Amino acid sequence: MTTMQRTDTDPTAHLSAADIANLGAELDAIRDEILASRGESDAAYIRKVIDAQRKLELSSRAILLFSLFPPAWLAGTVGLSVSKIIENMEIGHNVMHGQWDWMRDPTIHSTSWEWDNASPSDMWKHSHNELHHTYTNVIGKDNDLGYGIMRVDEDQRWKPLYLVQPVSNALNACFFQYGIAAYDLEVGRFLKGRVDKADFVHRGKKVLEKVRRQVTRDYVLHPLLSGPSALTTLTANLTANLVRNLWTHSVIMCGHFPEGVQTFAKTSIEGETRGQWYLRQMLGSANISGSSAMHFMTGNLSFQIEHHLFPDLPSNRYQEIAPKVADIFERYGLTYTTGSLPKQVGSAWKKIIRLSLPNEFLTRAIKPTRERNESVAA
Amino acid sequence: MTTTAPRPTLTGALRGRILKLAERVTTPLVPADYLDVIDPLRAGATLRGRIVAIHLETADVTTLTIKPGRDWRAHVPGQYVRLGVDVDGVRQWRTYSLTSELNRPDGCFSITVKAIDGGTVSNHLVRQARIGTVLHLDQAAGGFTLGTPMPTKILFVTAGSGITPVMGMLRNIPADSVSDIVVVHCAPTSDDIIFGAELRALAARGRIRLVEIHTRSQGHLDVATLHTVVNDLAERHTWACGPSGLLEALETHWAANDISDQLHTERFRSTVITPGDGGLVTFSTTGTTIDSTGAESLLDAGEAAGVLMPSGCRMGICFGCVAPLRHGAVRNLRNGEITTATSGDGVVIQTCISAAAGACDIEL
Repeated sequence: MTTMQRTDTDPTAHLSAADIANLGAELDAIRDEILASRGESDAAYIRKVIDAQRKLELSSRAILLFSLFPPAWLAGTVGLSVSKIIENMEIGHNVMHGQWDWMRDPTIHSTSWEWDNASPSDMWKHSHNELHHTYTNVIGKDNDLGYGIMRVDEDQRWKPLYLVQPVSNALNACFFQYGIAAYDLEVGRFLKGRVDKADFVHRGKKVLEKVRRQVTRDYVLHPLLSGPSALTTLTANLTANLVRNLWTHSVIMCGHFPEGVQTFAKTSIEGETRGQWYLRQMLGSANISGSSAMHFMTGNLSFQIEHHLFPDLPSNRYQEIAPKVADIFERYGLTYTTGSLPKQVGSAWKKIIRLSLPNEFLTRAIKPTRERNESVAA
Repeated sequence: MTTTAPRPTLTGALRGRILKLAERVTTPLVPADYLDVIDPLRAGATLRGRIVAIHLETADVTTLTIKPGRDWRAHVPGQYVRLGVDVDGVRQWRTYSLTSELNRPDGCFSITVKAIDGGTVSNHLVRQARIGTVLHLDQAAGGFTLGTPMPTKILFVTAGSGITPVMGMLRNIPADSVSDIVVVHCAPTSDDIIFGAELRALAARGRIRLVEIHTRSQGHLDVATLHTVVNDLAERHTWACGPSGLLEALETHWAANDISDQLHTERFRSTVITPGDGGLVTFSTTGTTIDSTGAESLLDAGEAAGVLMPSGCRMGICFGCVAPLRHGAVRNLRNGEITTATSGDGVVIQTCISAAAGACDIEL
């Protein structure tokens, strides 16, 4: 059912249609369990996180008013970096997913939330929630797969442009929020002439307006408010945005790029059942293992598999269902891809570097050993 | 014809400038998002109130004293307030009559809540409300008031928690008032009468004439024989609050006697929505109405009727199709859960996985 990346066997071949239906039912049961117990403590959790993030941001920005003093610069920059990461990951991403819509609080709602990021929320919601989460890892449908600028799967056709992808990925990491905005705006498709021009211009204006507001805040107003500390506040804000960009880029790369994650052909999702959709999410995502603090700072995207199975469940509950999900992987003979942050980031980077070269190049370099092994086995 | 816009005052203009600057500093949030962290009851904030005292009236009735935000405007006795209460993490809106005296020195008001069978919010407020909890509020509203000048002869007919708006009025009638007031109140037993002691004290002081009807022993109030307890009905202005059955009986009786203009009623329980299977779906913005089965999603139904429906994944994960449910009931097609809403509840639903469970009104 799937066109896998260079794996020689289909990891789902041993599952019958009935198995897949059962797997779907088991996952639905996990979801229903969380829905039934979702309540006051979850609401208290997200309110506490939002409250703490706002206090951290306020105090960090207040400290940065005196950023001329190196300790103030350091404390303020660390605080603002952490605050921006939490705002984007645990709060923004998850609120815009509708994970908290059930609270009926208009101020914490997917339809009203705007985040501290260059990409306007409505555009991000379309490309992320609708396209990426529905068509996860389907080549040609899920643009998150290499963001349309990189080759992250053997089945993507090689082009000379991909030779520079290690460099372009590093640049994308540094300016990630603008990368996301350009991506949500479908700049790539526009350049190929596949997007209506008037529509593109209209949305482009919205992005530029958001970027203008963001830039004015971080690089003009807050430095000006800092008076003699203007320049150091500017560098502090630049640093905080850079730290946030690098961190979110790394975490997000770990979600779908590490080795072991499967991709799927367009034809494989025709008439897909709920069970098959779940299965695709299971094989198309990878987790990050680590401490509670690490999970929190990734916005619980370290539970990428659980998030992709249940994108609308509150993020604070992914950790508790992870063992049950891992157990399902085990019982159905599937591989739960996970690893530490350094391992997964390394794995993703390795793949990006490897796939910057054409497949034939790699085959010549690697295949002989594999073929030898196969002939021995045969 | 030309019109001149009012000239902005210097301070007004300055204030506007400062606000604009503050917004630029806090974008993409607004200054209020940060100020709320510090003081949710400040002037200019979304209206909220904090519970400062809880007093049990009877076994299942409680009075909450609430300190409202700075922008709260004084109410008129008899009016109600809409309250947004988070129950199990979900914001629920209900209306309750204001029962307190006006102009309290502490600036608080009170509401009195009776726990009704199966009532999500009333049971929560009566049994689980905690001092310090912040609630969401609207300004007081409602036309169930005595008006000015107050009539000299008044009859109140109430049942159960229908006494609450009337108590709000009685507590605010000036001590030197010469009004002739009769209160006919129905409750299952003497102990069930909310504010029983206070009503009897008012009667003992001659401020009101109190007629208690204990329905468990005496049966329900027979409106046709009301004139035997209050012999000058036609001379009085009557305010009535209680179950719809009682109010309808009063309305019929007053109409038959051609004194309908002297009757003022308040229905304290809004329409109860009974979920069914399928129903009439109104897309109120476009004015489209269709008869939908309980099996098809509202998204499919709307699209088939030519309504421009926002949509996304069509499988319940992307939240690209959400729209406000203004009124009615829908069933979640994934897990069968029923969601109901009446106007002002602020309920938003995913149309791709929701089907009509009775008549409903979608804001699209």
